[in-house]
Amino acid sequence: MSEHREAHEAGKRDAQPLAEAPPKEVQRAQEERLLKIWETPGGWRYWSSVNNSDIGVWYTATAFVFFLFAGVLALLMRIQLAVPDNDFLSAEVYNQAFTVHGSVMMFLFAIPIFEAIAVLLLPQMLGARDLPFPRLSAFGFWCYLLGGIFLCGAIFFDAAPRGGWFMYPPLTSKYQTDIGADIWLLGFSFIEVAAIAAAVEMIVGTLKCRPPGMRINLIPLYAWYVLVAASMMLFAFPPLITGSMLLEIERAFGWPFFDPAGGGDPLLWQHLFWLFGHPEVYVVFLPSVALIAMIVPTFSRTPIVGYGWVVLSAVGTGFLSFGLWVHHMFTTGLPGISLGLFSAASQAVAIPTGVQIFCFIATLAAGRVVRSVPMLFALGSLMIFVLGGLTGVMVALVPFDFQAHDSFFIVGHLHYVMIGGVIFPMLAGLYYFYPLFDGKKLSDRLGKIAFWLTFIGFNITFMPMHLAGLRGMPRRVFTYPADAGLNTLNLISTVGAFILAAGIAVVVWDVIRLKQKQPYSEMNPWGAGTLEWLQEMPGKPWGMRSIPEIDSCYPLWDQPNLQRDVDEGRFYLPDAEEGLRETLVTSVIDAVPQQCARLPGSSFIPMIAAFSLGGFFILGTYHWWWPAVSSLLLAVAVFCYWLWTGTARTPEKDEKYVGLGLTLPIYVSGPASISWWSVFITMLADLTAFISLVFGYFFFWTIHDDFPPQPSPGPGVFWPTLGGGMLLAAWALTVFARRWNRSGNSAAFYTGLLTSIVLAAAGSAALVAGPWLTGLDPKSHVYPATVWVLVLWTVCHVAVGIIMQLYCLARKLAGQMTARRDVEIVNVTLYWHFTALTAGITVAVIAGFPLVD
Amino acid sequence: MTHHLRELCRGIEPPSQRDSGAKRAEVALPGSAVALLPDGHSRIQSALNPAGVEAAGIENLFWWMVAGTTVVWLGVMALTWHSVRTHPESFNRRREAFIIVGCGAILPTVVLSILLVFGLSALPGLVAPAPSGSLKVVVSGEMWWWRVRYEPAEGQPIILANEIHLPVGEPVQFLLESDNVIHSFWIPSLAGKMDLIPGRTTRLAVTPTKTGLFRGVCAEYCGTSHALMKFDVVVEEKEEFNRWLAHQATPAAPPDNPLAQRGEKQFLANGCGACHTVRGTNAAGVVGPDLTHLGSRLSIAAASWPNDSAHLRRWIADSDKIKPGAYMPKFDMLRSDDVNAMAVYLKGLK
Repeated sequence: MSEHREAHEAGKRDAQPLAEAPPKEVQRAQEERLLKIWETPGGWRYWSSVNNSDIGVWYTATAFVFFLFAGVLALLMRIQLAVPDNDFLSAEVYNQAFTVHGSVMMFLFAIPIFEAIAVLLLPQMLGARDLPFPRLSAFGFWCYLLGGIFLCGAIFFDAAPRGGWFMYPPLTSKYQTDIGADIWLLGFSFIEVAAIAAAVEMIVGTLKCRPPGMRINLIPLYAWYVLVAASMMLFAFPPLITGSMLLEIERAFGWPFFDPAGGGDPLLWQHLFWLFGHPEVYVVFLPSVALIAMIVPTFSRTPIVGYGWVVLSAVGTGFLSFGLWVHHMFTTGLPGISLGLFSAASQAVAIPTGVQIFCFIATLAAGRVVRSVPMLFALGSLMIFVLGGLTGVMVALVPFDFQAHDSFFIVGHLHYVMIGGVIFPMLAGLYYFYPLFDGKKLSDRLGKIAFWLTFIGFNITFMPMHLAGLRGMPRRVFTYPADAGLNTLNLISTVGAFILAAGIAVVVWDVIRLKQKQPYSEMNPWGAGTLEWLQEMPGKPWGMRSIPEIDSCYPLWDQPNLQRDVDEGRFYLPDAEEGLRETLVTSVIDAVPQQCARLPGSSFIPMIAAFSLGGFFILGTYHWWWPAVSSLLLAVAVFCYWLWTGTARTPEKDEKYVGLGLTLPIYVSGPASISWWSVFITMLADLTAFISLVFGYFFFWTIHDDFPPQPSPGPGVFWPTLGGGMLLAAWALTVFARRWNRSGNSAAFYTGLLTSIVLAAAGSAALVAGPWLTGLDPKSHVYPATVWVLVLWTVCHVAVGIIMQLYCLARKLAGQMTARRDVEIVNVTLYWHFTALTAGITVAVIAGFPLVD
Repeated sequence: MTHHLRELCRGIEPPSQRDSGAKRAEVALPGSAVALLPDGHSRIQSALNPAGVEAAGIENLFWWMVAGTTVVWLGVMALTWHSVRTHPESFNRRREAFIIVGCGAILPTVVLSILLVFGLSALPGLVAPAPSGSLKVVVSGEMWWWRVRYEPAEGQPIILANEIHLPVGEPVQFLLESDNVIHSFWIPSLAGKMDLIPGRTTRLAVTPTKTGLFRGVCAEYCGTSHALMKFDVVVEEKEEFNRWLAHQATPAAPPDNPLAQRGEKQFLANGCGACHTVRGTNAAGVVGPDLTHLGSRLSIAAASWPNDSAHLRRWIADSDKIKPGAYMPKFDMLRSDDVNAMAVYLKGLK
């Protein structure tokens, strides 16, 4: 606690003297202006809203519907398994059911609900008006909705994927040639791209959109967890996107990445998948624990004990989780030394996880605990999750995993972890945060009933599965024999599943029941200490009446009169004089105000962009190439329109007075701007995907005695080096163009950028010429396939880079980009830094490595 | 049923004294009337009913971990309960350090280190190959059955399917392969599992310690009928094993009664030999399981069905119904008496 006190003292010294409250009529006029600009559009235009409080609700509701859908599939599976040799579901339907259940729970529920809740809560918690890129949130939501419907719909046409949620080839490459696997690969890639967009937004939101004074040691734990989880997504999702791309290329064009007949290896998929899959578990777990980290202090009536410990161990969990993936592959015949190392690493991750849990327990001890429904779910979560963690320690031990792996023991274990670590915290969070969105509380009575039904039902369902697994029941079986000692256990599980479902039904009823007669909740009904509870009941669309100066981790507890001062508009941005949506941008570490950022308002553009991009993936699934490519071109056009009309707008003045004696610039470029950060973070994810491809190249090198196969047919040294040289020159000219623009030398800017475009195009052609002229046939062997895919990856990036350069030229010509207002060329240069790196690595690998090998 | 059981269990040691009741249930076979038996006694594929060195070691480890897990879980819950009930006044920095550093960091580090040393010390023994000269059995995963190839030190390899016999007390080296999708070879009572991965050969060494009938399963989801990809494992005394193997190496005896002779004709006339081998006849296909001594096996359809004429008839006429997605076409266009004759012929391939 003392660190908070110290921070508290330090913060006090920094705080600006507070202004007098403006007169009441001025306050009312301010409120009217704020309300007008932040108002949610009515009628059918409601769906053009981009406000986080609307998007967040749609997002959460959609995720919950997918959760119920996947839950119904689970019930169908439990009916099938209730008795041995059952024929309630056919094998084919059952196999689709468990594939869709797992995939939907992971990709359409666990990840999106974390993003949905973050979209809802993060701005409120950080005292921001909205997330930094509201239209990007909307875009992410529409992608998610479209992709989700596409994926779930497939099961009604008996066309759903049936490869299991980890889609191991060769089953999913050569042996399931129907459309199901394509739906999985393309549909989820589409959703993952949207999920990365959301992650970028969350990272930038947490780093750059905090209230003044909220230094890095005062960030609410929820935001810390979101920051960690979103950062993990940047590095966890790209390997899967790369893997999906390779598998789809193998399926569609026969490039043998995973086919041993062509030198490929099915294990590469497992590495790429679990490089994603294991961190993924923590990506969904950490933001859920984050809810507990908010709930426990509130009901203990005391700040969290061990704030620094929690943050460090959350970060530590994030790092460690990238070193565990092999524990999903203990039975693939890897050498004993690898098994031992990954076994130890898997055990080690229990330690930071444990530290977080014990910090919560210490918080309970430090305070006087108030009984409540959220607390009930939080404690239930603890009981379940700790057990799931302990069985996790068991399966992390290689010898035991030899028995438990791929058996129902794992099914039991993973549901203890996921339901204990994700669903129960979510339900706790639902009961806790619900008043923020509806202005009304959920029912205590129904909450308790729901808790006991879900808690008891859960344990009855999943506890027997551990035993069933050890009695030799493999996972993913549509039936089991009557003589194996599995009948009673399975029947119990099925009964439990329905009790669990009844508990969920009570929650659903509690949420959807009409609450017209129920009075609005009082403000801050739980007596919490964090900023989101400044909200009136019911809430206003503007998020914060004025953006406060913060000097505590629990400002509502520690800063007297905060509520009054915020509501009277004594803090920053109390008004919307220009009729524009605005929020503060602050510095990363100390949250010093840097910019008054203008945010875009309601628009259908994100929806149109999402649907046209989705069209590319969905039409591509059916191999309708021309419509697919048309849809992609449409998407590019829509994105350009979106960028042109909605971003980097020229402000009417350079600076704006934001209150408390502070004047901030409106237009910022470079590392101080949120757009620079978003490009940087996106490109980190992109680079990770590329590194995964390079990993593939060296993976094949390790498993083959001769890689490249001798005599090496290509791509030679000359063409790749020539191409790489021209691309580097194109990059250098882009860097110079940025300088020339800033120094006002327009002629040099135009000449430089045009030359760069020509060089980029020529460089790409030269890069392609390497494998092309040496006759590398990507279908013949995995070596040419890998070379080609590296080359094509680079060429695609250069193509996007050229579009960006043309965009800069157009902006300059139109007078939108000037020497001082140069966000476009600054961000495009940043993109080109990464593209140059990609090109350099590609050339070094395909032309250089065969020379030294 | 008595006859049925006796026939099926031929060559199996009588159950040991210790748990004869349980063993009697274990020798029961899929799909037969044993569904009536209380399932708690049937542990034919249970890792908690070890009959091999490897499985016994892992089971021992498991029970230790169960005990540890119970203690830790109860400890955490007790601490939580205490923390909820306790008054804030009694909380101080010492208690904070005790809970976070002591319980959260130091204790788990110590416990996990001990567990790791204890648990991983068993690992080298589990991944080590069997001593040279051990019995070598190559198992290939098919969709959805098991091709089994015994490679005796002298003599030709013997190709069989879906049933593995092992001599008790001797290490055996399994070499695991697949030329289709990934499978996983798992005999829970004998050892842990090992994947069969296209393009690689993986290894698993097993030392059975008890005689009896056990069941193996495929543990890696491998497509439509993954759930029905099982096999029988018979652990028996060395002499019996040798007798069995020597018999399996011989060609099929010609059918000795008219019905079976008609069945053989039908079998060959309907092209069964394109996929199946019956050594000693023209049937030499290698796509499907070897049927040379099908009649001697404990079950059919990869340990999914009892091996009797009724089930054989149904399998021939309606394979897809029994095993969804099976590559064997159903021969429901044949006359039922022809199918019957074929079933009698196959059953007679002892």
